[in-house]
Amino acid sequence: MSRQASRLDAKKVNSEFLTLTYGALVTQMLRDFENVEDVNKQLERIGYNMGMRLIEDFLARTSAPRCLELRETADRVQQAFRIYLNIQPTISNWSPSSDEFSLLFDSNPLTEFVELPPDLTNLRYSAILSGCIRGALEMVQLEVQCWFVQDQLKGDNVTELRVKFVRRLEEVIPAGED
Amino acid sequence: MSEEILFDCLHAEIVNYCLDGNKEHDLATLEYIGFTTGYRLIERLTRESPRFKDELETMKFICTDFWTLIYKKQVDNLRTNNHGMYVVQDKAFRFLTRISPGTKQLEHAPKFVAFTCGLVRGALSNLGINSTVTAEVQSIPACKFHIEVNRN
Repeated sequence: MSRQASRLDAKKVNSEFLTLTYGALVTQMLRDFENVEDVNKQLERIGYNMGMRLIEDFLARTSAPRCLELRETADRVQQAFRIYLNIQPTISNWSPSSDEFSLLFDSNPLTEFVELPPDLTNLRYSAILSGCIRGALEMVQLEVQCWFVQDQLKGDNVTELRVKFVRRLEEVIPAGED
Repeated sequence: MSEEILFDCLHAEIVNYCLDGNKEHDLATLEYIGFTTGYRLIERLTRESPRFKDELETMKFICTDFWTLIYKKQVDNLRTNNHGMYVVQDKAFRFLTRISPGTKQLEHAPKFVAFTCGLVRGALSNLGINSTVTAEVQSIPACKFHIEVNRN
């Protein structure tokens, strides 16, 4: 009964399960929305929501202390990719003022089985990743912008995700509470 | 394992997306997302395995090996009436373990099992078994899946 199981690598199955489920979601969205931009927005939003939750897990798992500058934050983001997606992006292309950096991905598990048809070149298939980063960092009081500069799905050599620091968020007490 | 939380989050978001207010969305969409996932996943999983001998062997594979891989635990009970009806019981179903057990939460349970119904149906479908999968939640986090093989 377990003869098949011994041959199946749980880690690989996990990652393929995630990839395929994500693919099914993107396909469903493309059916739901006529406009590809709307799909991009939805994917980003889903990533944002996930990021807000994942940061809790990340902090609990790593007991990471507070970051004092953006370079430390970049290292943490890199570490998070290693923990959750088992990939290690390279950090590079710092802006002179150290408020902007790029994450370079040689491979992206989300797009392992994906080819974009010619009419969907506007689709940001992995928009969930940029959303995740934005959501997670917002929970630690960092507002950032995050966008794709290059994408292997669109024929580039690497996938490049740019992260730009916008401002530090102050903790605000909700109205009506002292 | 770390990918587990990632998938749990993704699953929660898919549930949200599919049942979110203004669009004509429902459990069927959620089930269908599961179906396409299962259909593709099983193809990759069984690529190297020899053909299953019969329906029972296929079912056993889905309800034991496949289930354990996806849900990180073995099913607690698998029954069949030998006439195409199978019942899988999981006393701590992965997608229900993070929900408070209570009668009020029970009405939300269908959202969290629909994806899995589709997943199982999709996997079986690619292995040549046409089935209907329904779920029954009586008390969170336990869940029973009824798999009915449609023989024509």
